[in-house]
Amino acid sequence: MILTVNHVTTYQYDVPMRSAVQTLRLFPSRFDGQRIIRWDVSVEGGIRGGSFKDGAGDRIEGWSVRGPVSKVTITASGQVETIDLAGVLRGHREQVPPLSYLCETTATWVDDALETLANEAVLGAEDDLDRAHRLSRAVSAAIAYKPGVTQAHTTAAEALSLGEGVCQDHAHALIAAARAVGLPARYVSGYLFARDDGEPHEATHAWAEVHVPNIGWVGFDPANACCPDQRYIRLGSGADARDAAPIKGIALGVGEESLDVAVALEATQQ
Amino acid sequence: MTNYFNEMYDGGKVREPYARLEGWTRDMPAELRQMKQAEAEALFRRIGITFAVYGEGGDPDRLIPFDMFPRVFTQLEWRRLERGIKQRARALNAFLLDVYGRGEIVRAGKIPARLVYQNDAFERAVTGFTPPRGIYSHIVGIDLVRTGPDEFYVLEDNCRTPSGVSYMLENREIMMRMFPQIFRENRIEPVDGYADALRRTLASVAPAKCEREPTIAILTPGHYNSAYYEHSFLADLMGVELVEGADLFVEGGFVWMRTTEGPKKLDVIYRRIDDAYLDPLCFRPESMLGVPGLMDVYRSGGVSICSAPGAGVADDKAVYTFVPEMVRFYLGEEPILQNVPTWQCAKADECKYVLENLGDLVVKEVHGSGGYGMLVGPKSTKEQIESFRAKIVEDPDNYIAQPTLALSTTPTFVEDGIAPRHVDLRPYCLVGEKIELVPGGLTRVALTEGSLVVNSSQGGGVKDTWVLAE
Repeated sequence: MILTVNHVTTYQYDVPMRSAVQTLRLFPSRFDGQRIIRWDVSVEGGIRGGSFKDGAGDRIEGWSVRGPVSKVTITASGQVETIDLAGVLRGHREQVPPLSYLCETTATWVDDALETLANEAVLGAEDDLDRAHRLSRAVSAAIAYKPGVTQAHTTAAEALSLGEGVCQDHAHALIAAARAVGLPARYVSGYLFARDDGEPHEATHAWAEVHVPNIGWVGFDPANACCPDQRYIRLGSGADARDAAPIKGIALGVGEESLDVAVALEATQQ
Repeated sequence: MTNYFNEMYDGGKVREPYARLEGWTRDMPAELRQMKQAEAEALFRRIGITFAVYGEGGDPDRLIPFDMFPRVFTQLEWRRLERGIKQRARALNAFLLDVYGRGEIVRAGKIPARLVYQNDAFERAVTGFTPPRGIYSHIVGIDLVRTGPDEFYVLEDNCRTPSGVSYMLENREIMMRMFPQIFRENRIEPVDGYADALRRTLASVAPAKCEREPTIAILTPGHYNSAYYEHSFLADLMGVELVEGADLFVEGGFVWMRTTEGPKKLDVIYRRIDDAYLDPLCFRPESMLGVPGLMDVYRSGGVSICSAPGAGVADDKAVYTFVPEMVRFYLGEEPILQNVPTWQCAKADECKYVLENLGDLVVKEVHGSGGYGMLVGPKSTKEQIESFRAKIVEDPDNYIAQPTLALSTTPTFVEDGIAPRHVDLRPYCLVGEKIELVPGGLTRVALTEGSLVVNSSQGGGVKDTWVLAE
């Protein structure tokens, strides 16, 4: 599948800011399931800073904007060819030891309910891959998709107790549940093409990857009860949503920030 | 009754390093001594050296007592220590380069993976990044204690930002001012080359992108920090800027320092703030002490940070146990300096031993520092021991235990004359293009009679530390 992306993020400030700095994880991962045809990232009026590939294999780029700043527009656009690898992150070059993802973060803290959910889900599982599938199914069943109930800072434990949430909450819950049974897991941010009619639509998405011995990292999307396939574009990973965020930024000054995100994703059948 | 090694007296005999000091103290009238002590205190106050040693907490404006009786090593004693310290500093750096790279030592089964990769001090953000010359810890402070003429043990390693070196320099300065005579009578190795050596070390790890004489700055959390005096003192001695996060910004892949003549590119940052506060975009988002975007510049090779983010994983108390193994694994040598035998409460059988022998052991928190969260068995009451037992049972992973060491003593001026008091030693090893160690260090002394705790927050003082020239 060939997916065309146009992702525009705009920050506006009611009072101009002294300066702004961003760190962008906005580049499609290079692995056997994705081929980048073209890709471009720019920050309007910004100055490109250091660019590098981190230990987890993500391309990261720093940007800064000189003040006064009243608006920052970040555009990522391009075309990616994808194939279905049943969620397996094959051919991805990275160096981070999977064990390091067993460290807890605030968002993925394991409470009693998550621990119970995890332990019950893996009862009778044949191997780690089976355990990961069961955990993902359990999270899908325990948290119904419902926007507007949870916020950016909602933790996995809170989402589970609410029983409702969005993809971020599903991913956090799966990471926590996996860690509860000793499986390293991480947060993945990217895009999902989710319409059958091929029309452009809002499409930022998040899911989780679980590390399975002898296979490696395997993606699971509990929000859609499936593994990532050719409809998904993977950007980068981290311990939780904050760590894996495609855009992290800070603006110095006293202004109030407002955010607008527009993602258009189109499919071109070959 | 434990027999403590007295560094000056071997029975009735004066040991060699102190030979020339015996007459000095014997002939010093009590009034002169009191006058000199008052003078020393006044000097310290005037200089404003009133900070606590790293992580010790306590009142930042309190003066740490200075004891005028120097602690002395012979050239021979020092050379052996020096070899051991340098060896350890090399091994610790090799370990850091390895665990953020291929992790050979873990693959070889020499250290449990969990201890390294699930360690709070392990920074995932710097895996795969190689700092200039592959060095992570540029200033290694190694805390040593002595139990006999040739017996030294490493208490702990400090790979992040060990402080206290300004005491080493000031103690010497003040001693030379007050007692010029004894510096004429004894040939003592100078320590004042430290600032130059530190500057050389920092300059030698400038990033490859830096094509001129590197610009260096010390990054401080500010004057509320207990070691602020040391930050400004070292900046002064090296002739480099002392900056706070707000003085710096990133642009175009470099770090810039705001100056009256406009922005100046910074090549090497000697940071005296913790990893967590370096960059709100990479670490703690609420931190105002650091520089947003700094880690992106660092990881793309635009600036060097000393010590390198992530260096803390090598000086964790649980990792400490494996340092002798690191020496063998990376250097193929036998460790010259020994570790204190350590029981890990995380291991069931060792925890059992610890719980059965609490009255004889020193128990420490894995991440604790400054003599807090610590049990000195032989000096504790039954209640203290029992309450500590409960804590260990509750969270065994958080504790290690060591035998109560018979710390050596050196003569110390006390209320009514001179008496032996227990001491430790922190030398500062510099790791850059070369590995350098100035002959000396910070000697801390437990001023309370019988006390084995040398931390300044618990009644400890400091001494000038001499290495005699041949």
